[in-house]
Amino acid sequence: MRSAADRRAVLLQGLGLGVTAAVVWWLARNTSVSLAQRGLTLGFAFLRHPANFEIGDTWWLSFSPADSIGRAIVVGLFNTALVSALGCVLAIAVGFVAGILRLSPNPALRGLVRAAVEIVRNTPLLLLLLFLAASLHALPPPKQALSPVRGVFLSDRGLVLPAVAIGRWTIVFVLAAVVALTLRRRLGTRWWIAPAACAAAAFVSALVRPPAIATAQLEGFNFVGGVTLSPELAALLAALVLHQSAHISEVVRGAVLAVPRGQRDAAGALGMSRWQTLRLVVIPVALRAMVPLLATNCVSLIKNSSLAVAIGFPDLVSILNTAGNQTGHSIETMLIMIVVYLSLSLLVASALGRYNAHLLRSGTAIS
Amino acid sequence: MCVGLGIAACTTESAPGASPNESNGGATPTLSAVRARGAVKCGITEGAGFATPDDAGRWRGFDVDFCRAIAVALFNDPDKVQFIPYTQEQRFSGLQSGEVDLLANGTTITSSRALRQSFHFGPIYFYDGQGFLVAKSSKVTRASQLDGATICVQQGTTTELNLTDFARRNKITFHPVVMEDLRAAVSALAGGRCDAISQDGAGLATTRTMLQRPGDYVVLPDRISKEPIAAVVRTGDDAWLEIVNWVFRAPVQAEEYGIDQHNAAQFAETTDPSIRRFLGLEPGATDGLGLDPQWTLHVIEKVGNYKDIFDRNLGPATPLGIDRGLNKLWTDGGLLYSPPFR
Repeated sequence: MRSAADRRAVLLQGLGLGVTAAVVWWLARNTSVSLAQRGLTLGFAFLRHPANFEIGDTWWLSFSPADSIGRAIVVGLFNTALVSALGCVLAIAVGFVAGILRLSPNPALRGLVRAAVEIVRNTPLLLLLLFLAASLHALPPPKQALSPVRGVFLSDRGLVLPAVAIGRWTIVFVLAAVVALTLRRRLGTRWWIAPAACAAAAFVSALVRPPAIATAQLEGFNFVGGVTLSPELAALLAALVLHQSAHISEVVRGAVLAVPRGQRDAAGALGMSRWQTLRLVVIPVALRAMVPLLATNCVSLIKNSSLAVAIGFPDLVSILNTAGNQTGHSIETMLIMIVVYLSLSLLVASALGRYNAHLLRSGTAIS
Repeated sequence: MCVGLGIAACTTESAPGASPNESNGGATPTLSAVRARGAVKCGITEGAGFATPDDAGRWRGFDVDFCRAIAVALFNDPDKVQFIPYTQEQRFSGLQSGEVDLLANGTTITSSRALRQSFHFGPIYFYDGQGFLVAKSSKVTRASQLDGATICVQQGTTTELNLTDFARRNKITFHPVVMEDLRAAVSALAGGRCDAISQDGAGLATTRTMLQRPGDYVVLPDRISKEPIAAVVRTGDDAWLEIVNWVFRAPVQAEEYGIDQHNAAQFAETTDPSIRRFLGLEPGATDGLGLDPQWTLHVIEKVGNYKDIFDRNLGPATPLGIDRGLNKLWTDGGLLYSPPFR
């Protein structure tokens, strides 16, 4: 027998569900009517059509305008993933250091870090991004590029590094080295086999095809050859890392402060130094409190990376916008965008969630 | 065109029954509506030189003047026109819903637009094409010299496509930097991040004025795409389409005859029979339109011929400084060619 409150809850939930379904139905119907009026059809066949546009940063995923739109989207996805992965790792590292420094006994250091964190944290990310992008334009033009080491050039076209052309035997050598090093312990007294195998593989690979190092050269407008780290990537990465690390530093500070004072005192009583206390007692405990929040920060970094289009970095959103504009399939590209960002976010959240569960299983939690 | 997220807003335009096609005999429903209203409603898109309000709030520009020409032809008054500014997304919905009588807002004629949507294009009144803006210091004078260059573009419907097609056709390579906002592209060109900006020629002239030292930059003469600009009207009202057709052609024909805003009055005494027919001094040329017999003369006096309109809004005397280029008369090596008024 149900109480009146239960019945009311069921009624309200049913009503909510009904309203949601009606809104979804209305949106879908509206969309299909509007599309039919314009003679447009939904479908993903356009992904196989040639892209007919060029992409700036493609790394080693070769891309030409004759390739399909699907491939262009993969390049965009890779760029988004690259920025997100690098950004997440760097933001956690920088944020960790900043958070610990905020707790330093030195008031000048503490104040300095606090000021930096507050400035970055209270500035809109887009502003920071545009500011950094504009600052990188102040670098010298390619003809007056800074070249601290031979083959390395820093100009307003980005950081150009020498490319290492890897032959097939070089890959064999690397694999042999990895296998030899992992087997080293098991080999026991015959440990010399490992370095010998490496040396042999190195000899063969050098003989067959020495790894060529291609340095870039200025030809016409730009550097040709080598690997270019574009200013857009640098600005985007720097802005994301700065912005997110400011937030992460607060998380770290809060987590460290949440560690009961008694544990520190106990560590002190055992004769541990400040650094030892931090490293062996405080941080392992604080880590458990901060991991879920770090996951949240990583997820928001991934989503923030979609601001890339403002400064011209070809991330997923930028390429999907172009594809949607050019083919008229805006709804499909929007769907792809939603699915990809949702998957990326869930992936990161679940990975860090597992790490968190692992932490919780091993050792004590706070309080 | 409202695909994407603004779907809900699009349904209002649907009801094709509301379009003025349910005609009453041979009369043109749009013309009757305009006459009843006492003003033409003209859809424009804001842009320097093409449509901008001046400091007194009066609309000025190349597109605006063509709208005023319609008002003069109908009412002999260049102010009997209401300007409705649209974004590129809203423009077709505005026309289809009957909110405006015509669009004169830089719409390019393309086959897919002409076939997919329910409207007709008027005569081409501006020939544009995608081009390049470069720093003078780069010493680049032709687009083909841009091999290996970094080119900034604003994300748009066909800008990237045209640029890529051009590069593939000419077997050159380029590095695109695709910005969402034009201002970011301008700052990238000024900062030296890009060797060139690529967009429509008229847009480049405007973009050039956005730079701190416009004199240090130059628009290359090459055009890598065809962007024929025409007025747009709804389908199903042929008589209105004819009015738009011939009013847009009159300034071109006037320039060909050497009739301009200042000397038009002198032509009242002319003995040249073709000019007399054109100016309505002799009947027959445009009787079927249902306009004042001397509407061409009024248009020339109150708005001007093509050269007057071009020079006033876009020409070398303006900050835009656009070269006539393809928009010269066919007799001067351009593409402007009006069918005869006879």
